[in-house]
Amino acid sequence: MNTINPAVTSEADQYQAEPVAPVREQPEETIIEEGKTVGRPFADNAKFKLRDVNVSYGDTRAIKNISLDVAKNEVIAFIGPSGCGKSTFLRCLNRMNDSIEICKVTGSLQLDDQDIYDRRRDVVELRARVGMVFQKPNPFPKSIYDNVAYGPRIHGLANRKSDLDEIVENSLRKAGLWGEVKDRLDATATGMSGGQQQRLCIARAIAVSPEVILMDEPCSALDPIATARVEELMAEMSESYTIVIVTHSMQQAARVSNRTAYFHLGHLVEVNETNKVFTSPEHELTESYITGRFG
Amino acid sequence: MTDQRSQAEIVRQSLKRRYRKERRFRAYGILAIAIALSALVVLFTDIIGKGYTGFTKTTITMEVNLDGEMMYLDDATDEKQMKMADFVEPLLQALIKQVPGATEENREAVRDLLNPYASNELREMLQANPDWLGTTQTLTVLAHTDVDVYAKHAGDSAYSIKLSERQQQWVDQLIEKGVVQTSFNDVFFTSGDSRDPSRAGILGAVVGSLLTMIVTLVLSFPIGVAAAIYLEEFAPQNKLTDFIEVNINNLAAVPSIIFGLLGLAVFINLFGMPRSVPVVGGLVLTLMTLPTIIISSRAAIKSVPPSIREAAEGIGASKMQVVLHHVLPLAMPGMLTGSIIGMAQALGETAPLLLIGMVAFIVDVPGGFFESATVLPVQVFLWAGSPELAFIERASAAIMVLLAFLVSMNALAIGLRKRLERRW
Amino acid sequence: MQPANLLLLTIVLSMVAYGLGYARSRSLAMPMGGIRYLKSLPFYYGARAALWCGIPALIVLGLWAAFQGKVIQTLVISSLPQEMLPASEGRASLLLSKISNVANGSLPPGFAEAPILEAAERLKALREQSRLFMSVLVVSVSVLAGFLGWIRVRPAANARTQVEAILKWLFFACAALAILTTVGIIFSVALETFRFFQLIPFTEFFFGSQWSPQTALRADQVAAQGAFGMIPLFTGTLLISAIAMLVAVPVGLLSAIYLSEYANKKVRSVVKPLLEMLAGIPTVVYGFFAALTVAPFISDFAASMGIDASSQSALAAGGVMGIMIIPFVSSLSDDVINAVPQTMRDGSLALGATQSETMKKVIFPAALPGIMGGVLLAVSRAIGETMIVVMAAGLAANLTANPLETVTTVTVQIVTLLTGDQEFDSAKTLAAFALGAMLFLATLLLNVVALKIVRKYREQYD
Ligand SMILES: Nc1ncnc2c1ncn2[C@@H]1O[C@H](COP(=O)(O)OP(=O)(O)OP(=O)(O)O)[C@@H](O)[C@H]1O
Ligand SMILES: [Mg+2]
Repeated sequence: MNTINPAVTSEADQYQAEPVAPVREQPEETIIEEGKTVGRPFADNAKFKLRDVNVSYGDTRAIKNISLDVAKNEVIAFIGPSGCGKSTFLRCLNRMNDSIEICKVTGSLQLDDQDIYDRRRDVVELRARVGMVFQKPNPFPKSIYDNVAYGPRIHGLANRKSDLDEIVENSLRKAGLWGEVKDRLDATATGMSGGQQQRLCIARAIAVSPEVILMDEPCSALDPIATARVEELMAEMSESYTIVIVTHSMQQAARVSNRTAYFHLGHLVEVNETNKVFTSPEHELTESYITGRFG
Repeated sequence: MTDQRSQAEIVRQSLKRRYRKERRFRAYGILAIAIALSALVVLFTDIIGKGYTGFTKTTITMEVNLDGEMMYLDDATDEKQMKMADFVEPLLQALIKQVPGATEENREAVRDLLNPYASNELREMLQANPDWLGTTQTLTVLAHTDVDVYAKHAGDSAYSIKLSERQQQWVDQLIEKGVVQTSFNDVFFTSGDSRDPSRAGILGAVVGSLLTMIVTLVLSFPIGVAAAIYLEEFAPQNKLTDFIEVNINNLAAVPSIIFGLLGLAVFINLFGMPRSVPVVGGLVLTLMTLPTIIISSRAAIKSVPPSIREAAEGIGASKMQVVLHHVLPLAMPGMLTGSIIGMAQALGETAPLLLIGMVAFIVDVPGGFFESATVLPVQVFLWAGSPELAFIERASAAIMVLLAFLVSMNALAIGLRKRLERRW
Repeated sequence: MQPANLLLLTIVLSMVAYGLGYARSRSLAMPMGGIRYLKSLPFYYGARAALWCGIPALIVLGLWAAFQGKVIQTLVISSLPQEMLPASEGRASLLLSKISNVANGSLPPGFAEAPILEAAERLKALREQSRLFMSVLVVSVSVLAGFLGWIRVRPAANARTQVEAILKWLFFACAALAILTTVGIIFSVALETFRFFQLIPFTEFFFGSQWSPQTALRADQVAAQGAFGMIPLFTGTLLISAIAMLVAVPVGLLSAIYLSEYANKKVRSVVKPLLEMLAGIPTVVYGFFAALTVAPFISDFAASMGIDASSQSALAAGGVMGIMIIPFVSSLSDDVINAVPQTMRDGSLALGATQSETMKKVIFPAALPGIMGGVLLAVSRAIGETMIVVMAAGLAANLTANPLETVTTVTVQIVTLLTGDQEFDSAKTLAAFALGAMLFLATLLLNVVALKIVRKYREQYD
């Protein structure tokens, strides 16, 4: 995890206790009001409807009272300084937080008007609909084919081998990888380059035809060329999928996303059209972040 | 979009079957743990059930008239007379008085209720109190093993009762009268092995184990620590060092009986050292535990942060001074824990000791490192091989003592680790 | 003097040497203006004197104590009259134990022949002499070397580097003991094995299907003291190990999986130490359990089902051995499973796989090489395990795959051949060493391969 995060939180606590001593140029606690987000956090055709979401790890609160809509077929980018809770919030959307024992999520999170955290809700089905791509490429130590076929196989999406072949080919095509690997589908995936691995992971995610794809810094382990390929891919995918992407690169957010959400110390500070966020941010914290004063 | 919808439908339909599999898989896991734990429980209950009676002995308490004439004895301080005197008769007479319906005619049957060793007990008592001669004393002596078995296991079909019907009735009556009693088995803790189960004890084996462990500890701890220091701090990166490491790792996994062969061939046949003695046992166990100690000591040294080394080197300490003054004290708790665990292993080890002759039947408690001895686990092995259930009972009791030692050693190791654990 | 007392004396002398060296260095330093004019601290001058005094003496003591027994024995034996000279090694050791029993007084002189009595006297005298020589030698070496060490205390001498160099060599010697031990093992089994194959043909040992070393066919036959075909032992060992693995691998693996993937912290913190307890129980206790509880239970149960089962069935020994190995397998699998990166798990879960699907289709295949390595280590433990089989498996060398029958194993035969009735019959004793050699080679091979696999696996995920 992130080793500097606890330090950030404890500093914040210090500020709360003693608001009159602005040692650094960071008077955020006095500016942010919990649960209040400037800009346009809500949308009409919401895929995700998230209200008053709070997440805590044990006693530390990682997400503080956030409300947000994610519209159908939009690409929304989460940006913000390290440790501000972007990944935590993203992982709520397909309940990847479940495997962390101390993690508690409250509030109302709905996917297509159905509660995600409902006790009767099936997490397997949820994750089949909301796929995820991780920061570090994590192909399984199997062949390329088996990696992509893994999801369809466990969900029983293909009845015949030819169906499966088709799904694999389509997914690899969509991920822009087909040309590179079509002759070595039986080679192990771990032997590929980092960029190829990440695109394979994307292919693996879209092989189960999810409705939403969550991406947590998908390009942070890649070189610029591989990054460009993945970004291209995102642009193509945005036609048929809803995409939520966490990124540290503001250029990337500007290039791929329709809307951008700025997180700060667990708060959702500002959400707006991407070009608006980057050209005329409404909140001063957003402005300091994108102008590079901290982060 | 329709594609996604229909796929979601397929997924939903497959769920029931998949969750059934999930539950089955979980159940396998729980079953596996249940099997392992129930094996543990069965093992313990079996041993306790078989052996708890080993901690009690059966005695006969009665008024004994120490009549000098009957015993052919007129001076209890005279050693010669004491040797020749008859110590059975007074006990027998006293017992006949206690047994209703017993007469001189069935004195043999009555005598068989007394432990053959009871006369020795009486001699020792009289030696300690010569003035008892001619008086009547209330004395407690050991009952015969058959009586012991009958008193403890009368209803148990596994035990064969060797007493005759009449003897059984007598014992029942004597128990009712309080003449035959069961009490804490001090004999078990204060004597060596014996052919007679009711007189067999573990003291000899415990002392043997102690002596063997002393040899093992005195050799393996310093050698193990020194080897670990060399490998962690001084060893150059070369073939020889690699070879040493390979050797250590392999020795850690060599079956213990091979060390027995080594002991037999080298220490006994080549060096001509005596068989069955704690020194040779200790040497063999040292070679066996060394890899464990070296490996855990190295881990302990590794866990000392480099900053401490650098700090000491920074003020001009030599490498050896850094190691001996700073690294070693900090790594000591870890080394001690590892060594205690190694010692616990050695304490429970049996196989190699069989080969160097520590299986002999030895009555005396060993008095030194070069005297024939046996050890606790071997004693268990010897008794467990006996056809007599009374010995099996002793074996289980000895196992409990052995386990108690092991548990306390492990508790000590855990306690030490908790207590001295350092957070950097 | 006894070696132990001599050891103590040497230690005391070393301490004296330390004190003297320390004092001398100080008294030399004082006129010069204090100990800072010494090259090293007084402690090091003392320590050097102590090391000089102690180490050579200890080496002499160790060598003498190690070899005096053998030398004396040889002297005593060779002093026997011609007609008493023992024909074989076995005879010699019998004779020697008789002589030493007479010498110790545990065998009354009336029970022995005259030459034996003489030999016993000679033995006593030799022991006395040896002890005296040893004491004189050790003490003089220690005093002499200590004196040299003391003389060499000079302000200009760098005692510290010398002490450190000596210590380093000592440490090295301790580490090199591992090599010595391996050499000792190889030497002890190889030599006797070689002699064994001079008596028994290679082919009989490896391909013979008859094992009955106890039955001598004819007294005058040297080689044919019995049958030495190791195949039944080999198959018996395999049968019991296979049963043990059938118990240990599924139970150990599944419990490791459950504990690492499903159980919460509380359950884990209770169950794990309990499982480890199984590993801490001495094997003799398992042997006791197998022989006196499990084996009778199995044969009774089989009898009640109308099946014939031996009272010392392979199933009892193997099953209990399996229980013993459970914690070994589970802790190794636990390590291996935890070494699979969390991202792998996340990747699968994020695709909507259930935990068991993730386990079976991603983690387990990824961990398989490591688990295989662990299982090989477990197999090597099973075939080397001695006490359980000695107590619960039989002596009958049956060539069978029926787990309800009695089989015997390599380790059982080693123990029986070397502990049985003390009659030493050459080929029998040597056979035990030959079996030991086979056992050592097999376990060595398994361990080397297993350690290699595990290491490679670890590196993969580093
Ligand atoms: N498993 C966990 N256990 C406890 N605290 C956690 C855990 N994961 C995250 N946190 C805490 O939650 C807060 C938010 O973490 P998160 O990983 O969501 O930040 P992030 O915005 O994704 O940072 P980055 O940009 O560095 O990835 C941090 O303070 C972090 O310390
Ligand atoms: Mg993150």
